[in-house]
Amino acid sequence: MNQAIDYTAILPELILAGTIILVLVVDAFLSPAHKWMAMPLAFAGVVASLIATLTLIGDDRSTFGGAFVVDEFALLFKVFFLSVALLVLLVSFRYFREGRFYQGEFYFLILTSFLGCLLMPSSRDLLMLFISLELVSAPGFVLAAFRKSDPRSNEAGIKFFLFGVLSTAVMLYGMSLIYGLTGSLNLVEIGRVLAGPLPQGRETLALASILFIVAGFAFKVSAVPFQFWAPDTYEGSPVPVAAFLATASKAAGFAGLLQLMFVAFPAQYEFWTPIFAVLSILTMTIGNFVALQQRQVVRLLAYSSIAQAGYMLLPFALVSANPAINQDAFAAAVTYILIYAVMTLGAFAVVIAMSKESRGLLITDFAGLSRRAPVIAVAMTVFMVSLAGIPPLAGFWAKFLVFQVAIQRGGIGTALAIIMVINSVVSLSYYLAVPKQMLFVDGEHERPLMPPVLVTAVAVFATVAVVAVGVWPELLAHFPPLSTLVGQ
Amino acid sequence: MTWENSAITITTLLPLAGALVIALVPRRYEMGVRALGIVFTGAALAFAIAITFTFDYGASGLQFQLDTSWIPAIDARYHVGIDGISLPLFVLTFVLSFLCAIYSWRVVPKPGKTKAFIGLMLLLETGMAGTFIAFDLILFFVFWELVLVPMYFLIGIWGSANREYAAIKFFLYTLFGSVFMLLGFLAMFFSSDIGGGAHTFDIITLQQYAASGGFSQGFQLVVFAAVGLGFAVKVPMWPFHTWLPDAHTEAPTIGSVLLAGVMLKMGGYGFIRIALPILPYGAQKYAPWIGLLAAIAIVYAALACLAQKDLKRLIAFSSVGHMGFVMLGIATLTTIGINAAIFGMVAHGLITGMLFFCVGSLYDRYHTREIAEIGGGVMQKLPYLGGVFAFVAIASLGLPGLAGFWGEVMALLSSFSPAQSLSTPLFRAFMIAGGIGTILTAGYFLWMLQRVNMGTLPEKWKSEVFGDIAAVEWVSWVPLLLGIVALGLFPSLLTDVTQAPVNSLLGLFGA
Repeated sequence: MNQAIDYTAILPELILAGTIILVLVVDAFLSPAHKWMAMPLAFAGVVASLIATLTLIGDDRSTFGGAFVVDEFALLFKVFFLSVALLVLLVSFRYFREGRFYQGEFYFLILTSFLGCLLMPSSRDLLMLFISLELVSAPGFVLAAFRKSDPRSNEAGIKFFLFGVLSTAVMLYGMSLIYGLTGSLNLVEIGRVLAGPLPQGRETLALASILFIVAGFAFKVSAVPFQFWAPDTYEGSPVPVAAFLATASKAAGFAGLLQLMFVAFPAQYEFWTPIFAVLSILTMTIGNFVALQQRQVVRLLAYSSIAQAGYMLLPFALVSANPAINQDAFAAAVTYILIYAVMTLGAFAVVIAMSKESRGLLITDFAGLSRRAPVIAVAMTVFMVSLAGIPPLAGFWAKFLVFQVAIQRGGIGTALAIIMVINSVVSLSYYLAVPKQMLFVDGEHERPLMPPVLVTAVAVFATVAVVAVGVWPELLAHFPPLSTLVGQ
Repeated sequence: MTWENSAITITTLLPLAGALVIALVPRRYEMGVRALGIVFTGAALAFAIAITFTFDYGASGLQFQLDTSWIPAIDARYHVGIDGISLPLFVLTFVLSFLCAIYSWRVVPKPGKTKAFIGLMLLLETGMAGTFIAFDLILFFVFWELVLVPMYFLIGIWGSANREYAAIKFFLYTLFGSVFMLLGFLAMFFSSDIGGGAHTFDIITLQQYAASGGFSQGFQLVVFAAVGLGFAVKVPMWPFHTWLPDAHTEAPTIGSVLLAGVMLKMGGYGFIRIALPILPYGAQKYAPWIGLLAAIAIVYAALACLAQKDLKRLIAFSSVGHMGFVMLGIATLTTIGINAAIFGMVAHGLITGMLFFCVGSLYDRYHTREIAEIGGGVMQKLPYLGGVFAFVAIASLGLPGLAGFWGEVMALLSSFSPAQSLSTPLFRAFMIAGGIGTILTAGYFLWMLQRVNMGTLPEKWKSEVFGDIAAVEWVSWVPLLLGIVALGLFPSLLTDVTQAPVNSLLGLFGA
């Protein structure tokens, strides 16, 4: 095995890792009044990493014996994760500077999580996948409990930790079984062995281990019945951390899941597509119906993110023997994840703008916002309507692609599409609850709300993106072909 | 970029451009915003009128076509065009929107927010107009859904007491129908085969494919149900109508006018443009059921109207009945029936739009819509307004010589002898039900006039000072009143336009 390391391929990760260490060290030498400087530093590091990633576009590289791969799929996700990192840093700045937080540690931890995200789409080996996933989660446990004085934040952290560790253990067990069965950690190799005839009696073992691994990832993407941590954790965490968990962390989970299911386990699709169908139906339905009851906006977004995970799981259930449909399903899932993250991140930016004056973040606290802060009120309306999937906004095209593959697949696909459209209609009624407060109801006072500039900028950026993709969805097609993985 | 291929696109997008311009105007220039609303809807109307003059009434097929790439990734194209079926509804959209903009010059309902009000109205206009020119299913769907959000906010922000409930009910209901429609569109796409395994969303190509027998019978039955549900909720057909009385009653005046005047027509238009020609077998199989629901709607709406206490709600229910005649016409699958449907839709747009204007103006003065509260004597208090109201109500009940007559009588006539594949006795029964409906309709409108217009003026209103019809109101109403008379006296103004395309459409049914 060639052990020469391709440093160009891992340059973005190296830069980010360097930044992480730098942030931690520099923070130790900053006076309390200057702790905020960690953020510009972190920001610069992410920008540098992003530039390094962009220079890799068009390259196909592989290092660490094929465990780490740079291809179009990986680059798409890397660019996405780094962009999300920039936005999360922007919305965090004022929040952490004005609250009583350890700023340096926060930036250190969140960047570490993003390093995990960055590694995830390149990991083509069970061990790498596991390490990436843990690198995303472990700092997340601490971040969720970052509002130390608030018991709910402690609850958030501990819940996240316990659920996380449990599901990780189950997943690791599944991975070890797969390794024992196939003798390989490499995903492509695993896929090859599993496609061939397995020794008598080992079939069941393979299926069981797939089930274990899926369960682990189902926790990560907060699929029902592994979703219980999400609402409490989102609610208790600092809002920027909730934004991170709902977008980048969830997308990382999906990036890993996509590689596993489409590269390592496609041969067993007859076994796991029904599982994904059930997961998808339960996740979207329970997420939506519980969301209807919510009065607190972060919890609303948490249940919304659960419901949306159900839509993202749907394309997995469409996998069949037909490679054309598999490619479309793969592309639909990826597109959905990316669009979802932009909408949700924008919504969280608006919530962060509100968080200073409204501690409880009740939906009713948004009353009259259209007069007090018209820009973010319009932005929030756009995100909510887009999350509900109303054209001509980006969220519609995300759903459209899923419907398209589902109808093309026929059979179970049609049934799933029908369940999903009914769910979309249901979701509309809670998504509109927030615009309803902002626009239909008069607030207690008319005092203008001045959201932080950076937060407004993020909200406006996300709005522009959602509208632009909505009106001109062809923008999405300019992404590199999303099927590089599935084609193999 | 020639006039031929850009005219309808420019016309449709002008209001959208207006909405963007208005978004940039500072909030304090209230009257400026209203003026901009009139300017942009007026410009769009001018373009629409120019189109009617350059339209070739002798030609068959689409005119002002533009078929260009839009979203190659999913094979959706920007294909727009206009023919005799679209043209009347297209022009109606711009006429009503322009008149609404003028009407808003005088008053923007509480709580003000003029910018948003006019902006949303313009956005709505683009969505409605786009629906009538789109010849790609995805483009059609985007325009179709584009109307939902502005209308939701128009009802929810500027509506009356129960507005939040009405707004969300409207949105959920119509979305529920339209998502199934979208699935139906996707099914059409994947079942179409235009050579080389390629599929299409193009409505014209799909019609040709359907005419060549491309879609199996079972497929048509399922997909017609899905697509028809979307249209049926929009029309609305009984029993999917329950969102309509709430939405109409709570909406601000111009919201009701546009809702009744144009948005309901999108449903009828969808049946004529998409469901019938692409799924002819499904249409034949479902036609008796559509006819039955239409007959029920006519009688049910008339009975419901007799029980209404709220003037606006009464007119809302009368819309259900009128749209019942439209659907009855469509269900016969005959040339005369479809012509009746289009005529009925245009006439209903003029008349019911006008009725909502009248009720809105009554409400502006009386601050109540309760028939008992008003208590009669409007003719004494407000002779002009009362007169106009009486005139329009009589037009609505289908008096010969006014626009409302032709749509109904042609629909009844067509159900006397429906398409050969349909059961004649059944449709004659529907015709009888429709006939009973017209009598009841006359009954409730006259009874309403008796309670509102006639009688003595109650004491409490005597001391109030109400201005009769204001100049702005006259300006926004006279075109509608003239239209009602003109179409009543010269129905061929409209039928000559629709005849040819309807004939070619019905070639599919061999009738």
